[in-house]
Amino acid sequence: MRSSFVIPHSPLAPRHFPMNNITFLSDYLAASVRLSVPLAFAALGGLFSERSGVLNIGLEGMLLTGAFVSAAGTFYSGNAWFGVAAAVMAGALVGLLHAYLSVTLRVDQLVSGLAINLSAAGLTAFGSRLVFTAETTQKLAGIDAIALPGLSQLPIIGSLFNQDLIVYGLFLLVPLTTYLLFRTSLGLTLRAVGEYPRAADTAGIWVGRVRYSCVVISGGLAALGGAYLVLVHVKYFTEGISAGKGYIALAALIFGRWHPVGTVLACLLFGATEALQLRVQAFNLNIPYQLLTMLPYITALLALVGLAGKSTPPSALGIPYIKEGSGR
Amino acid sequence: MAIAAAMLVGAGLIAIAGVSPVKAYAVLFSEALTNYYGFGNTLTKTAPLLLTSLGVLIALKAGQFNIGGEGQIYMGGLGSALVGLYIHGLPSVILVPLALVSGFLFGGLWGMIPGYLKAVRGVNEVITTLLLNYIAQNLISYLVSHPMMETNAPSPFSPPIDAAAQLPILLPQTQTHAGILVGLLATVLVWFGFAYTPLGYQIEAVGQNPIAARYAGISVPRTIIGVMTLAGGLAGLAGAGEVLGLKYRLFENFSPGYGFDAIAIAILCRGNLAGLVLISLFFGALRSGASVMQRSAGVPVTVVYAIQGLTVLFIAISLTLEKKEE
Repeated sequence: MRSSFVIPHSPLAPRHFPMNNITFLSDYLAASVRLSVPLAFAALGGLFSERSGVLNIGLEGMLLTGAFVSAAGTFYSGNAWFGVAAAVMAGALVGLLHAYLSVTLRVDQLVSGLAINLSAAGLTAFGSRLVFTAETTQKLAGIDAIALPGLSQLPIIGSLFNQDLIVYGLFLLVPLTTYLLFRTSLGLTLRAVGEYPRAADTAGIWVGRVRYSCVVISGGLAALGGAYLVLVHVKYFTEGISAGKGYIALAALIFGRWHPVGTVLACLLFGATEALQLRVQAFNLNIPYQLLTMLPYITALLALVGLAGKSTPPSALGIPYIKEGSGR
Repeated sequence: MAIAAAMLVGAGLIAIAGVSPVKAYAVLFSEALTNYYGFGNTLTKTAPLLLTSLGVLIALKAGQFNIGGEGQIYMGGLGSALVGLYIHGLPSVILVPLALVSGFLFGGLWGMIPGYLKAVRGVNEVITTLLLNYIAQNLISYLVSHPMMETNAPSPFSPPIDAAAQLPILLPQTQTHAGILVGLLATVLVWFGFAYTPLGYQIEAVGQNPIAARYAGISVPRTIIGVMTLAGGLAGLAGAGEVLGLKYRLFENFSPGYGFDAIAIAILCRGNLAGLVLISLFFGALRSGASVMQRSAGVPVTVVYAIQGLTVLFIAISLTLEKKEE
């Protein structure tokens, strides 16, 4: 595991001292949002999985898989959206694997997640050596931003409306997920499976099927986050590019109390600490970059410490469900 | 067995890379095990694996997942480097143990933090140990790029440690240092501890059933903190070995993922210490032979990492399948 932390050359990084505070704030907000998007997708994926009772430590591996597949897919097809689609499918497959291990085989969910992360790290590193040789490493086709008319001219928050389709998708996903989870019977089913699987089973709900679906979704979403990281943010793939974002996403999930809005806000916080790197350099404060790189992880750690005991997970989280009386 | 399955998939990967798997594996293992220099290299790589996985295993017996081996290795390297760089004038026979102890303490601290958070505040140790990994790695990276950097060095590393702090070399003309002996000694001590002391019994009791253990009068929080600190300390010793025995300086990113391999090894050995040593040796051989395999057979080193990851996957599956047959 290397911390190959690449500082992205975002078009929004100021090349000179910010002209005024408003530009600075606007840039900083935009950068924070961009950096928090991969986290947010992974964390929302984790939300689906964990709300249904399946611990998903494998988010990191799923994110990395998505990153690699999106890079390879875009590289071979020349079309970034194909890369995105391929990535989501790959992530869903990894999710399927985790679901099979955790739900059907009832392997310890921590071990399953870890195994997925280790395997993904090795396989993507191997794959990237095959696909991206020295001659072929070039900038990948990216995804452009679409400015929303009128809204994108707003002061400070205007930059929020000058993002690409994936980010807009995230903006929609948050209220959608909240509504789904708390206002529909589908969401109720999901939550029941995570809190009282025995009762849900008795009520006729297929616990296994719900959990499978949720974990597959979590894989797809995490992979989408990885695809965003590669295709929109840095525009190439290196080994270990995920750099622990999957774990920070888990911290965000706990910090956000397994609620979509809280989780994404936590991701924004962590993204903001990562965005500090660029801003501080703009001010020539001479802080070594490693100290800044540490910030998101330290923040995530402090968030967990501060919250311990007050944030309760879904009751059945991490416990494999065994149907009684049905033989096997 | 699961290792066989992973090797099979690895063979498939090697074939994709355009090389004959048979030839690749042959090179790998003959270099790593039968060649004098290759075997020395194997032992050198086994030492940190053995120490770290020993720590992971101890924590595992108490039901704790120490994923922080990587970070603890770095902190241990830092601790030993601090002694080796800034304490002078002492003879080897004092300085070496001092540096080792310092490495143990630094690593132990890095294990104690998540241990405390888990035991007292209930924070999941998997996430905390993982986050601490990144923090430690960046910390060492910062230190050897700035305050501790060798003047005019082309890349980040520290000045060399005091010659009296170096670990003795065991095999002439190789890099095999005494770290492997430290590892074997630690293994014997751990075996003894689990087989014959009350502490070993307590650890296993907490791992099997924390509630019953508490009724038996065992302090669960204290046990958790204790095993995590111990696990961190052992990983710290591994890091100290790398600094004191192999590189003689503190480098950034000096651990090629030993901490994560250690988790795989600890899970694979199923609580059997002899198995732990053998599997550490196997992984050491894989790493040692991998670079040769890359040079002579043209297979990328990353195949080995993929094999290791897949091994854990298959082991996890086979473990569960076995349990269900009972």
